[in-house]
Amino acid sequence: MADAHAHTDHSGASHGSVGSYLTGFVISVLLTVAAFGIVMAHSFSPSGTIAAIAILAAVQVVVHLVFFLHMNTSSEQRWNVMAFAFTVLTVFVLVVGTLFIMHDTSINMMSR
Amino acid sequence: MAHDMTADAAHAHDEHHESPVVFGFWLYLMTDCIIFGTLFAVFSVLRTQFAGGPTGKDVFELGGVGIETAILLLSSITYGFGMICAHQNKVGALRGWLGITFLLGLGFLFMEIREFSHMVAEGNGPDRSAFLSAFFTLVGTHGLHVTCGLLWMAVLIVQTGGQTVLSERMTNKLTCLSLFWHFLDIVWICVFTFVYLMSVI
Repeated sequence: MADAHAHTDHSGASHGSVGSYLTGFVISVLLTVAAFGIVMAHSFSPSGTIAAIAILAAVQVVVHLVFFLHMNTSSEQRWNVMAFAFTVLTVFVLVVGTLFIMHDTSINMMSR
Repeated sequence: MAHDMTADAAHAHDEHHESPVVFGFWLYLMTDCIIFGTLFAVFSVLRTQFAGGPTGKDVFELGGVGIETAILLLSSITYGFGMICAHQNKVGALRGWLGITFLLGLGFLFMEIREFSHMVAEGNGPDRSAFLSAFFTLVGTHGLHVTCGLLWMAVLIVQTGGQTVLSERMTNKLTCLSLFWHFLDIVWICVFTFVYLMSVI
């Protein structure tokens, strides 16, 4: 994570270096290739595959946030991170709530 | 261009504090996240409602999706390299990287439009089933964002023309677009994982 602001001229500034972008890029390529590879190779059971690619996607999102959007724990970034955390919570409630309600409805309506 | 002469000026400009403009744009991106969250929720609910039509396995080609993913990921770091040049006031190099990013974005959009038109031509348009409606809405919204990002990038390439030192205002504009562009790549990670890959398992 320290790589994301390994910068010589400004100490607190958070705008990456060639090295940090390349690090993020290489990790992203590996994660993407792994996700496509797992699906195309059919090496896991369907539910195992879903879990595996969901985890790979989550890790890649974090990699992008750190290496490309330069999110970090510095005080300058505090409100960005707070806003992001609140958004993650909102999206979680939205998606999980929707799936739960629609699943429950379809069971009670006996549409499945 | 004589941009190398101004490389030293980078030390002079002080940007330890993030501009409120950039923070405001970040908040906009967070609301955009919620739009995409909603569309992903819709897609998840409707993903099995094929109405007798094709399933994801029938209509998605993973090869094309892989190339689109590679293009978008590459365009993320080319924009990043552009931002590094921007912070060093190398305007010529910045515009070069922006140009490369623009072409990559255009390539992505071209592939997406081709995929969509193939699907519609085969009768698998958004009107075929709830699954396809949700698919076109979600992926189309992402494509629309990429289109807006490209327009914005073209404007910035024109606006940075002939400048040797970037004003703080211009740097803020470039930073906002970089957040937007990287954000679109993050959304695409979720698209290729939860839409394409999960549909072909």
